[in-house]
Amino acid sequence: MTGLRAFLKEAGVPRLIIAAFVIVLFGVAVATKMNLPSLVTDSIVRVARNGILVLALLPAIQGGVGLNFGLPLGILCGLIGCVLTLNWGVGGAAGLALASGIGAALAIPVGAGYGWLLNRTRGQEMMVGTYLGFAAVSGMSIFWLLAPFHNPTLVWAIAGKGLRTTLSLTGSFDKVLDRWMAFEVAGVTIPTGALLVFFGLCALVAWFFKTQMGITIAAARSNPRFARAAGISDQRTRIQATVFSTLLGAIGIVVYSQSFGFVQLYTAPLLMAFPAIACILIGGATVTRATVTHVVVGTFLFQSILTVALPVTSQVIQGDISETARLIIQNGMILYALTRVGSGK
Amino acid sequence: MSATSPTSDPGGPLAAGRPVLELRGVTKEYEGNRVLKGVSLAVRAGEIHALVGENGAGKSTLMNILFGMPVIHETGGYGGDVLLNGAPVRFTQPVQAMAAGIGMVHQEFMLLPGFRVAENIKLNREPAHPSFLSPLFGRRLDSLDRKTMRGDARRALDRVGLDIDEWLPVAGLPVGHMQFIEIAREVDKTGLRLLIFDEPTAVLTESEAEKLLESMKAFSAAGVAVLFITHRLDEVKAVADRITVLRDGEVVGSAEPLDPRTTPVTRIAELMVGRPSAVVAEKRARVANADVALSVSGLRVEMPGEPVAEATFQVRRGEILGIGGLAGQGKLGIANGIMGLYPASGSVALEGVSFSLNDPRGALERGLAFVSEDRRGVGLLVEESVELNIALSALEAQGRFLKPFPIPALRSSDGGAIRAHAASMISRLDIRTTGPRQQVKRLSGGNQQKVCVARAMTLAPRLLFVSEPTRGIDVGAKERVLEILSGLNRDQGVTLVVTSSELAELRAICDRILIVYRGRIVADLAPGASDAEFGMAMAGETAHS
Repeated sequence: MTGLRAFLKEAGVPRLIIAAFVIVLFGVAVATKMNLPSLVTDSIVRVARNGILVLALLPAIQGGVGLNFGLPLGILCGLIGCVLTLNWGVGGAAGLALASGIGAALAIPVGAGYGWLLNRTRGQEMMVGTYLGFAAVSGMSIFWLLAPFHNPTLVWAIAGKGLRTTLSLTGSFDKVLDRWMAFEVAGVTIPTGALLVFFGLCALVAWFFKTQMGITIAAARSNPRFARAAGISDQRTRIQATVFSTLLGAIGIVVYSQSFGFVQLYTAPLLMAFPAIACILIGGATVTRATVTHVVVGTFLFQSILTVALPVTSQVIQGDISETARLIIQNGMILYALTRVGSGK
Repeated sequence: MSATSPTSDPGGPLAAGRPVLELRGVTKEYEGNRVLKGVSLAVRAGEIHALVGENGAGKSTLMNILFGMPVIHETGGYGGDVLLNGAPVRFTQPVQAMAAGIGMVHQEFMLLPGFRVAENIKLNREPAHPSFLSPLFGRRLDSLDRKTMRGDARRALDRVGLDIDEWLPVAGLPVGHMQFIEIAREVDKTGLRLLIFDEPTAVLTESEAEKLLESMKAFSAAGVAVLFITHRLDEVKAVADRITVLRDGEVVGSAEPLDPRTTPVTRIAELMVGRPSAVVAEKRARVANADVALSVSGLRVEMPGEPVAEATFQVRRGEILGIGGLAGQGKLGIANGIMGLYPASGSVALEGVSFSLNDPRGALERGLAFVSEDRRGVGLLVEESVELNIALSALEAQGRFLKPFPIPALRSSDGGAIRAHAASMISRLDIRTTGPRQQVKRLSGGNQQKVCVARAMTLAPRLLFVSEPTRGIDVGAKERVLEILSGLNRDQGVTLVVTSSELAELRAICDRILIVYRGRIVADLAPGASDAEFGMAMAGETAHS
């Protein structure tokens, strides 16, 4: 009995429920003789696609800024990188690297400014992040429309100006990572490059939080008064954490776009923080504590549900509830985590 | 003035008329820790009965019981009887105590800053007329009778001698005025029979304190029983009719209260402080001639609740210097100020080299270390592991336990070295834990304190400040922590500055003890000095006795 309770506590009830749901969905998929290898392939591709955006939340949580609802700021930096790369016609791995590099470079000052703002509005980081993200996405929508791009493959065909809502990456860095060293096992295609990049960044983040700087950031989150007594400025560590989070967000969207095959502008980044946040929470993170394991497990569970729920439900009940299920799980998970904010102490 | 004779009355309270309040063998435990061990006490109508004792003697707990504070019942209630006018009562909510005619002037203000003076005085007891909504929703929606409110408030303020407009907002008034508003609120309650003052002069200036004592006398003259809790012996001498001394949860001296006219202040002080515990540590004379390790002059610290006005002292190399004094007098501010945790000014030199204040990092880098009195707030990362807590300060301030890497800030921590160091500390200090990776919050208070000490030791400090080393830990662990500290000093020659509210422990381990009163050092005593000397110094009596 106590063993069971300890197990439930260790694994977390929501995580177990979602894992059970995923298993049931796969079970139904097998029972209804669906194309299992293709479902598994899709799941893995989506994990690699979304993983870095989920990972981007980790430094913010570890730094005491909470769930980074302002993730769209980093995403916008990455999108600028993508658009510039497309405009200059740099393709392939070089294009991917250039887009990531520009995105990361922009993310540093943007993240610092965002961190400064969060320090001024302590205690309301999630609210401020959400609104700032919304505002930035809207502001950038105007930029996309007015920015002086003239490359005919990017701008509206009729007007001859203003970027299109969706830019194809075909011929540029479309699936550069997904295809790199990809191989097939039992009908399942493994997007080796994208997975390697995701796990590589996970390892980098895990390493970072073992360095002096990372430990300082986590210590300041854990107890700001302790940190001050140790001569650490928690204002500074919070900004560092926010910069790191924004930077990963920028790289995350570039990797996302190469996998998706399109760069989505205008309102597309508006709600991108929400599924990412749901992922890390399903993985077992709380508002004040997260690990790389939470990121990997959560991304896998949540993305698997999204992949498998649609075909399975349409098969079983002749209708689509996958979008409904996504919204319930995603927002329910965020709500659940927020109710636990105080009790975690 | 007083209605009853304060001389000894062998028949007990009943012989001199029925006491308004009587306590019989009141006991209270907090989680197995007995803070009241059978307190009996009687307060008669029209007398000012002083209850004196050191911090932690059990005064506040007794008041919480009398006033029916929820904290008492949440922690298992109390034993013994409380009688009000001869009838046993057992309050579970302050409202019941108020209804029974008990008024309380709190140590901390319980006023609403945004409300006017009169509103605060009449809060929840406002005179009212039925309004147009009342028939529908009942009395809670009556409209307030502001005129009567102002009138009542004015009368109450006049009675306590406070000449301010009753329609002013409370926020922004001087603290002295707030104290009088508290009293006015109690006075305004009809049927007041017992008025309790819980260290009311702590925040007042001298002239305000005098005024307060005057109004206290006026109440007793009007037949109200006054219970005056304090540790200021001059005030006790000035107004009390009888005195009860509380120490470690017991009434000490004699069963009968003392008469202030026949009892010398020194005797009261001696009773308050008590004798040091049986732990008699060997004392050393060698440090008297050692070099000065730390010299502090004109230190001023703005630490809320523990301000230091002007502290000047020296610490000799290899000694254990004790800093004592009552709560709120500023003893805790000294270490916090030097370590840069609160804004401080003045000059401080370590081994002859002066260094700037308000720089926690600089203090650590110069070889000072601090075990904070606020263990869970400042001293520990409770969510983190024992090993990280032990290693962290050294890792941050001294760059130890790190593997080499070209970029200094990105040097990775050396888990193996941290683990080994933590393990050696765990065995050296006998920290009871399941292992170096256990979360600190799972440890008992005593073991958490050992982790704090281990963290400070890891810094290999030249001088170590330790504040309230045994606060909130059980008796066995207390002895162990004190042993560790004196061992650190004896075996490794670490210079220690120990700040504590428990005089007995300072006298057990220190070579010399400074007593702080109102933010100044008023005495520099040997641990063997008499109880009376300590008691007088702690009550600020040295200057004029």
